[in-house]
Amino acid sequence: MSEFILEMRGITKEFPGVKALDNVNLKVREGEIHALCGENGAGKSTLMKVLSGVYPYGTYSGEILFKGEVCKFKNIKQSEELGIVIIHQELALIPYLSIAENIFLGNERAKKGIINWNETIVKTKELLQKVGLDESPHTLVGNLGVGKQQLVEIAKALSKEVKLLILDEPTAALNEDDSENLLNLLLEFKKQGMSAIIISHKLNEISKVADSITILRDGKTIETLDMKRDNVTEDRIIRGMVGRDLTNRYPVRNPKIGDVIFEVKDWNVYHPLHSERKVIDNVSIYIRKGEIVGIAGLMGAGRTELAMSVFGKSYGRKISGKVFKNGSEIDVSDVSKAIANGIAYVSEDRKGNGLILMEDIRKNITLSRLGKIAKKFVVDENKEIIEAERFRDQLKIKTPSVFQKTEALSGGNQQKVVLSKWIFAEPDILILDEPTRGIDVGAKYEIYTIIHQLAEEGKAILMISSELPEILGMCDRIYVMSEGRITGEVNRDEATQEKLMKLMTKTTVRRVV
Amino acid sequence: MQTPAQKAIQHRSTANESKIQLLKQMMKNNMRSYGMVIALVLIMLLFQILTGGILLRPLNITNLILQNSYILVLAIGMMLVIITGHIDLSVGSVAAFVGALAGILMVQHHVPMFVTVLISLLLGALIGAWQGFWVAYAKIPAFIVTLAGMLLFRGFTMIILEGQSIAPFPKSFQNISSGFLPDLFHGQNLHIFTLVIGLIASILFIGSEIRKRNNQKQYGFTISPAAVFGAKLIVIVAIIIAFSYVLATYEGIPTILIILAMLIIAYSFVANKTVIGRHIYAIGGNEKAAQLSGIKTKRVTFWVFVNMGVLAALSGLIFAARLNAATPKAGNLFELDAIAACFIGGASAYGGVGTISGAIIGGLVMGVINNGMSLLGLGIDWQQAIKGLVLLVAVAFDIYNKNKAA
Repeated sequence: MSEFILEMRGITKEFPGVKALDNVNLKVREGEIHALCGENGAGKSTLMKVLSGVYPYGTYSGEILFKGEVCKFKNIKQSEELGIVIIHQELALIPYLSIAENIFLGNERAKKGIINWNETIVKTKELLQKVGLDESPHTLVGNLGVGKQQLVEIAKALSKEVKLLILDEPTAALNEDDSENLLNLLLEFKKQGMSAIIISHKLNEISKVADSITILRDGKTIETLDMKRDNVTEDRIIRGMVGRDLTNRYPVRNPKIGDVIFEVKDWNVYHPLHSERKVIDNVSIYIRKGEIVGIAGLMGAGRTELAMSVFGKSYGRKISGKVFKNGSEIDVSDVSKAIANGIAYVSEDRKGNGLILMEDIRKNITLSRLGKIAKKFVVDENKEIIEAERFRDQLKIKTPSVFQKTEALSGGNQQKVVLSKWIFAEPDILILDEPTRGIDVGAKYEIYTIIHQLAEEGKAILMISSELPEILGMCDRIYVMSEGRITGEVNRDEATQEKLMKLMTKTTVRRVV
Repeated sequence: MQTPAQKAIQHRSTANESKIQLLKQMMKNNMRSYGMVIALVLIMLLFQILTGGILLRPLNITNLILQNSYILVLAIGMMLVIITGHIDLSVGSVAAFVGALAGILMVQHHVPMFVTVLISLLLGALIGAWQGFWVAYAKIPAFIVTLAGMLLFRGFTMIILEGQSIAPFPKSFQNISSGFLPDLFHGQNLHIFTLVIGLIASILFIGSEIRKRNNQKQYGFTISPAAVFGAKLIVIVAIIIAFSYVLATYEGIPTILIILAMLIIAYSFVANKTVIGRHIYAIGGNEKAAQLSGIKTKRVTFWVFVNMGVLAALSGLIFAARLNAATPKAGNLFELDAIAACFIGGASAYGGVGTISGAIIGGLVMGVINNGMSLLGLGIDWQQAIKGLVLLVAVAFDIYNKNKAA
């Protein structure tokens, strides 16, 4: 028996016109947590799809050895039978089914097609205990937060007697607490002898849990490092991923801050469904020209809710408070008025709220202000193409043409299209909600540069981010939110992760849940 | 300093490879709409052979237009509804209701035709507003709102007609769907005015294509090679001339064809070139994103339904004029023909995709199959079954194409 539970040798996978994987090698030791790193498009997900049988044997070349035996998976079922289970980035749970139903979906505890519910419930309880989730098996998955849903996914994987667990960006949608929980759980499973592959953009997490790391770049294996022996640092990983030294992860900038341009005063918002629940509680903030202001907070602190309620009352009900621009009150009662008053909001949900995926780049960019390229309601398509080309140039959107549908772009390029769309609207105030979520390191740097340019032009930037290093690296001033309130305001020179975290977890009243 | 246009040129010329990719992409994108055109031509050829040449006779071509006009009018409106991600099941009943009202006004109360048409279209708008309100503002699924509307307006039709048919309409009204343009040149065996119109249409078409091309050249975009461009012009002009010649050898251009042509041109323009058109596609593509881009999604949806109501009313008038009667059974199953036309013409059941020309081509596919089968003497039973299969096969073909492209 070899020391490796999994060996993938010389894997090559081609799509029409692209070599997604080029002679990739991956070796995972029995009982270790192995990280797989690389920029978006480096081939991580493709490699995992080859492994799990999504791309069946024969559509790729190279060989896969699991526990020393050659495997030729024709579908996911066959790989799962051997104990290779993959948890995808986008959760695959059904919201209207209970936890128990979800866990055993497709794998029902049944005899002759009739489900044994008692056994299902008992097994579910065992699994929930293992992952440390204190919920009834009958709870509908839709009623759980994202963090808990992720735990249900893991419980579902465990129900399949997993030997090798593959997690694709498991913490992308989680806040710091839930991420921490999940990583600890992984370490716990490792002690019990399970092997795991984790794909993540969050390098601090990788440093924390991984034993070794394989770096992919442009579909090729760059290197495999032993975390301890090679003394791997985050900068070392980044160098491998981008093929160059990123001495500074945040571009340098000399802020030129002007007068106050935008102010929100005494802002109160109630939950759209539970009208007695106050989501935003008496918030007042201001931004100056050329200033990048951050909002830090845990998930559920009300950051997105604040941004969206200000942006044309797109969230919540019973909204009260006033919004000022250059000292005079402005009307933000619907989105088109907010846009007309120079506010732009880049949503955290790029695919759901930002883009029209089935439309091309050009039409997405001009959507928020079609009037600019229209004469009397008739769109000038030639002008539109010129504009789109200009943005493609300036923001370095990687695409064969501006007629490319946005669904075919990588996350980083999609985000650049969304940014183009809002820059096209010529706002004075840009609210950026998680502008770099799910984007690789190289593209992140480009996005930061774009944000800096916007600030340089005198625009006011309000940036929401769950990644504290990003907030610290980018913002001139930081508001911290917790439970719908502003719990602190910190200047760049005084800000530290510890200080922010303390404010983020500050609670005044204990809520009865 | 370079102007953006110059940059764009540079972009293109330095990336020859991407140009080829672009061309491939364009072909792929066009494959869907052209695919249906090719299918339509094949179906026409098939029936032309099966019927021993009757299908493309001038008389039958004219008949084809008259028979399908009211479905095509509905399909135009339906396409917009489907693009926004909704559906309208009530259009057949609305057409019947409006036809009934027109009958009562014109036949029983001798209201002048012009006034009747105006009132009818207004009624259509009101009905559309009623349904649009429930769909857009009350957020009730369109399937339910218009299913209710289908029953409601069918009921109203029977109530106001008291179960009886009303006939006959005045001659001027009948002319809407059975009249022809007069020949200003008094040709003997040939309707010369029709040929003249065909010629004018060809010249206008060539002019606008050349203008478009010059405009693109000015902006420095890649344009199709001159040979391809010329070939395209020749083919389309030949079709226009041949079509007008065929019509000219019979009675000339039917009035209804003029109405249809104006609707098709106007609605294609709105869908492709205007801000409101973009908004309609955006809502169907991703309503949430559209809303967060400042589009008044509710208002646009509301007006799409009002528009559908007006076109349903127009369709009802055309049908009543053609039948020369207002009957309680009028417009039965029209909604399904219109919806089928849209889906055969490339609309997506999820919204955001579809073209006006697609709806027309889809409608013609159905129309030609109907007509061809009738000529062959197939019973209504077989026609129904075969139409069902055609719908399924067309959409399956479409989805297969899409998957292959992806």
